[in-house]
Amino acid sequence: MKKRTNEQWLAELRGRERDRATEDLRAVLVRGLKVTFAGRVRGLDETAEDLAQDALIRILNNLDSFRGESRFTTWAQRVAVRVAYTELRRRRWRDVSLQEVIERHEGSGRGLGALTDRASSPERETERKMMVETLQRFIAEELTERQREAMVAVMYEGMPLEEAARRIDTNRNALYKLLHDARKKLKKRIEAEGLSSGEVLEAIGEG
Amino acid sequence: MLNPEDLGKLARALDMTREEELACDECFEELDRFVEMELAGLDAAAAMPLVQDHLEKCGDCREEHQALLNALRTEQGWTPVRLIWARLRRFFRADRGPD
Repeated sequence: MKKRTNEQWLAELRGRERDRATEDLRAVLVRGLKVTFAGRVRGLDETAEDLAQDALIRILNNLDSFRGESRFTTWAQRVAVRVAYTELRRRRWRDVSLQEVIERHEGSGRGLGALTDRASSPERETERKMMVETLQRFIAEELTERQREAMVAVMYEGMPLEEAARRIDTNRNALYKLLHDARKKLKKRIEAEGLSSGEVLEAIGEG
Repeated sequence: MLNPEDLGKLARALDMTREEELACDECFEELDRFVEMELAGLDAAAAMPLVQDHLEKCGDCREEHQALLNALRTEQGWTPVRLIWARLRRFFRADRGPD
């Protein structure tokens, strides 16, 4: 494949040499995707080709948004990685509803009682239990139901932001902000009560 | 509802919470510059601390960042051994954020 500057990539993808440049770009994307997903998906070749095609369409439709702050191929591969992960997360979590994740968490039977196992002394255990109760009260009083559910799904149960967002009719960016707001509210409340997040860590034995 | 594991995650997340944080789209916009600095051996985390901060907090973006970095390193002819060393250095350097 011939080496191109950013300007050459853009000119060729928009001009008469479009077909050849597109094929070269496709090859770059496929190679990158194969590295990313080797050993992690079945039918690697086919999956990489399909994902590269989806990414290619998005890249060609958005050439105007390339600001030239990196190599063109880095910019393009960044888009391909995002397209690929979006699709793979969708496949992996396809059959899981948000409600299921929340119910699984609530029914996991690892409630307050489990704290006893890790307590080093009765005083320590009492302190920790009080901290849990305090935090639970703050969560109940400060956060919306949407924030609480998102926190359970993403922070505790490890659901990708993107997948949790899809299930509550928002997008990943907005969900990050929703959770950031939730964290800020809880942190402020903790501070307003004369505590610090460092003290919370200390009380639960993580400090 | 909070078990010890959740409580630890929550407490660490609150401890790391800043008033100003990038959201995913802003991080994505900067990611190509960020990885190119890393590939050039520069301290991307110091130069772009808000991107680094977001990557420590957001599992989705962290996963994509790592994938992009690996793809680009392979393209540049990095061997698997060099890739593993780079990953280990990164692992030991960073204070691990909540997943």
